[in-house]
Amino acid sequence: MPSSSVVAGATDVVAPARRISSYLYKHVRARLALLLAAPVLWLGLVYIASLLMLLITAFWTIDDYTGDTQVAWNLDNITSLFTDSLYATVTARTIGIALAVTLIDVLLALPIAFFMSKVAGPKLRNVMAISVLLPLWASYLVKAYAWRSVLSDKGALQWILEPLGLHTPGYSLFGAAITLGYLWLPFVILPIYGGLEKVPSNLLEASSDLGASTWTTIRRVVFPIVLPSIIAGAIFAFSLTLGDYITINIVGGANQMLGNLIYTNVGTANNLPMASALALVPIAIMFFYPAAVRRTGALKNL
Amino acid sequence: MRISRASVLVLGALSALVLAIVYLPLVIVTINSFNTSMNMEWPPPGFTFLWWQKAFGSAGLLAALTTSVVIAMCSAAIALVLGTLLALALSRYSFFGKEPIGLMVILPIALPGIVTGLALNNAFRTVLGMQLSMATVIVAHATFCIVTVYNNVLARLSRTNKNLEDASADLGAGVATTFWRVTLPQIRTALIAGGLLAFALSFDEIIVTTFTAGANVETLPIWILNNMFRPGKAPVVNVVAVTTVLISVVPLFLAQRLTREPSGR
Repeated sequence: MPSSSVVAGATDVVAPARRISSYLYKHVRARLALLLAAPVLWLGLVYIASLLMLLITAFWTIDDYTGDTQVAWNLDNITSLFTDSLYATVTARTIGIALAVTLIDVLLALPIAFFMSKVAGPKLRNVMAISVLLPLWASYLVKAYAWRSVLSDKGALQWILEPLGLHTPGYSLFGAAITLGYLWLPFVILPIYGGLEKVPSNLLEASSDLGASTWTTIRRVVFPIVLPSIIAGAIFAFSLTLGDYITINIVGGANQMLGNLIYTNVGTANNLPMASALALVPIAIMFFYPAAVRRTGALKNL
Repeated sequence: MRISRASVLVLGALSALVLAIVYLPLVIVTINSFNTSMNMEWPPPGFTFLWWQKAFGSAGLLAALTTSVVIAMCSAAIALVLGTLLALALSRYSFFGKEPIGLMVILPIALPGIVTGLALNNAFRTVLGMQLSMATVIVAHATFCIVTVYNNVLARLSRTNKNLEDASADLGAGVATTFWRVTLPQIRTALIAGGLLAFALSFDEIIVTTFTAGANVETLPIWILNNMFRPGKAPVVNVVAVTTVLISVVPLFLAQRLTREPSGR
């Protein structure tokens, strides 16, 4: 065996390596520390420290003359979030779009997820699952850009709608909501499909044996079991929309979302403290939203 | 539960419609890359290969492609090392603080990209006083790519037998020998898959990139973003869009094949 020949031929040169190895073998803690050191330092120093600095920077200010960030503790940025009408309007608009996108996605995801898990045979189900997953692999930017051509005045949607006497929504808030809904749809279909897969078929049979109609079974048996999965999907759609600022640029016309204000404050305005304060809004909503949803979900289960 | 024939038809039709909506925009972009119309007119008045020729002859575009590939390779390399170390630690040892560390790996991808991007931008510029460059993009990308390697290796390690490693040590192999000759061969395909996913994730990323790239750093997604609104550039952007999808789908397809659970065969 090659390893035993190495041991047999061990000279003084090999000895230190051998000693480190046996030290590590005997000391579990040392082995663990060696494994953890680099990744934990990286994530801790690069990421967690940066997040904490972001929270802190929101309470600093910039020098009006030089434009440099100054360590001068104050609440001005936070109060202007509530008093400045631009920030309030854009926050409300962002939440509105996020809710619309969530609704569009859940409504589109429910029938296809139900068809996949309860109607389709195993073969068709696999094909459909892969078809839903596949677009996740295509670049986010490319998909948003694709909608730019679909929604344009001379684009495919106009071509379809014109004979019906309708008009493409064009580059607008509605156009942005459709595009964002499109982007996050797989993130909503997959958890709902996963939730439906967990509904045992004999429960459905029991329900219909006891005289419940299909609709009653769906409403009284399937829905309560699947609700947590629907909420999980809804959280994905909502949070992904909150942080987006590229799609609205591409298909939203001149409209702005929270992300645009953050980006402008980083770039042209060069006001990192204000940008950090604005970033607190999606962070706060993401902490509050699951709690709020849980409460309504609990109410529905009563 | 019996689902009536009519409901099956309605559900089937709705599902087919949703799938059609999912694919049509991508098909339209592909067709538009051959569209003779400069402003993406539909249906296309004619077809041409001109935009593809223009795209492949564009020096700026090739430079952006190179930048993206370099960034994706460096981030994937860093993510491979850090993700593997972390997966080994969390799968083979139990210790205090395991849960928070598991959460810490997922956080960069779980939080909205804009929060991650802004936090890193602020840390680089305000806290460290650095200039944004290609290195800052690589650090940012590596941070959110760790999770793909970590997940793949962790899943593989949970299916491998720790007894093999113990046996290797009992037979006199050192810690390093056991890793190279016993552990590594078992997780090799998971490493390749995780690395490919990290590459694809970095290659496509736009939001964190816009916050961490220096003014002279132009990745392929940034090139698309910069040229999308320029008059007359739309046709070439279509070509780049199609190419980007192809470049990111290939590694993901390979990763998928490598990590497929061994089936009953």
